[in-house]
Amino acid sequence: MENLFRNYGEAIAMILFIIGFANLLLHKNLIKKIIGLNIMDSAIYLFLAEKGYIAGRGVPIVVDGVQSVEAYINPIPSGLVLTGIVVSVSVSALMLSLTIRLYRRYHTLDLDEISTLLKKEGV
Amino acid sequence: MSKLKPQKEYEKTRSFRFQRWLGGSRDPYVGQIEMQPQTPMEMPELTIQERLRDSQAVRDKVYDIENNKKLNLFRRIYVLAAIVYCAGLAVILLAMVASLPPTGEANRPVNNEVSARYIENGLQETGAVNIVTGMILDYRAFDTFGESNVLFAATTTVLILLHMKKKKNKEGKVEEIESDRLLEPKQDAILQASATVLVPIIILFGIYVILNGHLSPGGGFSGGAIIGAGLILYLSAFGFEKAKKLFTEKLYKGVSFTALTTYCLAKSYSFFTGANHLESHIPLGTPGAILSSGLILLLNICVGMVVACTMYTFYVMFRKGDF
Repeated sequence: MENLFRNYGEAIAMILFIIGFANLLLHKNLIKKIIGLNIMDSAIYLFLAEKGYIAGRGVPIVVDGVQSVEAYINPIPSGLVLTGIVVSVSVSALMLSLTIRLYRRYHTLDLDEISTLLKKEGV
Repeated sequence: MSKLKPQKEYEKTRSFRFQRWLGGSRDPYVGQIEMQPQTPMEMPELTIQERLRDSQAVRDKVYDIENNKKLNLFRRIYVLAAIVYCAGLAVILLAMVASLPPTGEANRPVNNEVSARYIENGLQETGAVNIVTGMILDYRAFDTFGESNVLFAATTTVLILLHMKKKKNKEGKVEEIESDRLLEPKQDAILQASATVLVPIIILFGIYVILNGHLSPGGGFSGGAIIGAGLILYLSAFGFEKAKKLFTEKLYKGVSFTALTTYCLAKSYSFFTGANHLESHIPLGTPGAILSSGLILLLNICVGMVVACTMYTFYVMFRKGDF
């Protein structure tokens, strides 16, 4: 339990993840579902950034030629977060454009209404 | 002086086939593979009243909870199960966090010999002062190439999904597609005045961030996003007519293709020479100077161009459906 409060950054990341996941499950509106997925993405970035942090050390940019491990934080999670952000942007754009196509066809964003209309068409 | 070949002889040459492939005038799959016949969806032209009535009917049918006890029960069970599932997941994840090694300590298993290697040898091997840039654009450059291609694929898909053909009426004039866009304010004086000042500064700052990617925080992705934001501000202030002079679909195609090909060729050369223990003849330069760190500057510029074009194309496609 004491460890949970020391790792408060990771704990907040996990709570954010749950909030996004609940958004994804409980909302019927497609745009709100996409917002929930993006909240989950942000939670993962926060988790990765917390994993790379080391107290009292600087950003991994070499200053004055100092190249000892004791001077800098871990650079690998920063690179992973960069990858994640790019993929998340692409996925969000793709989902939003699919949502626009669905709206043009069915004139609604509600998932239940869309599935009812689909059944009516016999798909 | 070279002689012009007759058309029949020219059609047999490789350059004709290349031109045809580039222009896309012939689809090689037509008649070669079996395709499902597709019938265009016919949407009856409805008035607003009819459409509202139809959607109200669907809504009544879907949310007819009082007369549908089964549906009501399912809704309640679904919400309850979702909440229980989320709560259970929260408990599991928080227990996981509680058993993780404490944050901020140096002797966690994450901080192993890989990160030590990047920090201790990164400057000598890549020439980049910024260790993260040296890592993502030199050690793991093919990963970043994949990311740029993901962006390119996403833009292509958005172009396919949202591209709207301009309707032409009988006089041959392009019809304005009826939408909310007609109600947007045009030629806003305050926005135009502030954009005149801000757009050059934003784009210059983006170029600065890209060119200093190996020296300071930033790089191709963040700088490209800043340039894309500047282009979007220009478009919002001055409208599509002026933005069309600056940025067209042809320019998008050219820039993306050139940037991705340059990235691929440069990094393939670097990996080829590295894997075969050959001298690559790319000087690393003095660390800290702008022209240093080998290929990283070139790769940053390529990534920045792809990201800027992608951001602008996303915005244009979502707002209008056409350049």
